[in-house]
Amino acid sequence: MHGFANPARFLRIARWLMPLCMGIGVVAATLALYWGLFRAPPERLQGETVRIVFLHVPAAWLGMAGWMGIAAASFTELVWRHPLAGIAARGCAVPGAVFTAVCLITGSLWGRPAWGTWWVWDGRLTSMLVLLFLYFGWMALSQASEASAGGHTRAPAIFGLVGAVNIPIIHYSVIWWNSQHQPPSITMGKSAMDGAFLWPLLAATLGFTLIFAGVVLARMRAILADQQAEARLRRKAMSEAAF
Amino acid sequence: MAVKAKHQRLVLLLVALVVLIGAGLLAAWALRNQASYFYVPNEIVADPPAPDRAVRLGGMVEKGSLKTEADGVTIAFIVEDGKARVPVTFQGIVPSLFVEGSGVVAEGRMGKDGTFVADNLLAKHDENYVPREMQEMTAAQADRVVAETQ
Repeated sequence: MHGFANPARFLRIARWLMPLCMGIGVVAATLALYWGLFRAPPERLQGETVRIVFLHVPAAWLGMAGWMGIAAASFTELVWRHPLAGIAARGCAVPGAVFTAVCLITGSLWGRPAWGTWWVWDGRLTSMLVLLFLYFGWMALSQASEASAGGHTRAPAIFGLVGAVNIPIIHYSVIWWNSQHQPPSITMGKSAMDGAFLWPLLAATLGFTLIFAGVVLARMRAILADQQAEARLRRKAMSEAAF
Repeated sequence: MAVKAKHQRLVLLLVALVVLIGAGLLAAWALRNQASYFYVPNEIVADPPAPDRAVRLGGMVEKGSLKTEADGVTIAFIVEDGKARVPVTFQGIVPSLFVEGSGVVAEGRMGKDGTFVADNLLAKHDENYVPREMQEMTAAQADRVVAETQ
């Protein structure tokens, strides 16, 4: 754990891990989407519209996983003050928000043919929309605290932990409350989804997760490079001022 | 000394997390009725809403209950949840997933005669995803395939 917190060692690992995640992720996601969109059979009731599941479910998972990443990094930041933790949280925010938005958009496009409506205010849809707004709020707070003196990351870390309360609410919203959205098809070791849909869905989830990991690593490298460049500029300005 | 501060933060944060999760669960528990998107037939029958109040009724469309009335545009069916049954009428276009034996959410009002008059129907699909070809199998064949996937 402490070993990974060293930025120099992190950069050495990220240099080869990032393209590896991206490469395998793009290949897996492309193959899985081809499988799901062109090879999987139409569903009994929904027909062809079922195919949107292969984008919707990975996006939903990564929207939630992104915030779980922010929460885990925030916890590490608050307890151990690792220099990389705040950077990891910032790396998760944008891809997490993008996947949450993709989940909401594909869900809306799916809802029209399947349910007969673009949007309803049921527990699942509302809590997922709240997650998107939490991402926006977190990014604004993170930027504001970075701009303030010393680049404090304490406030976004606390926000990241408090916001994590929404994640179990999203997950259990369809179990606790009657909702328009279906209950989960895949639970611990069980699937109400036939293999013809399940396997391409799992492949797409794996592929998009690897892409997500690659994007987070790339963003962390960019943030570290930014900080190094800024520190170098500051040193230069100081030494010039000394003359 | 540094180790101590670190442990103190860890304990403090864990306590804060437990309190936070507890508060979240309590709030969700308090919301458990209010946050439901619709009433099920059992709730409608046990405690009928005022006739003019807009409510949503959700449940399964009872098999064999769907029929078109004499005027040719009104459909009538029964929504059930295994405990109670509520007759529903509706005029308009139904979503393509609206079929007998499947889930439905009806928006409308309870009529005085105990019939729910719907203004809008939303189909609700369940967690089961089955390829179309399997529909043509016999029930035993399909059950075997489903058993294999589980």
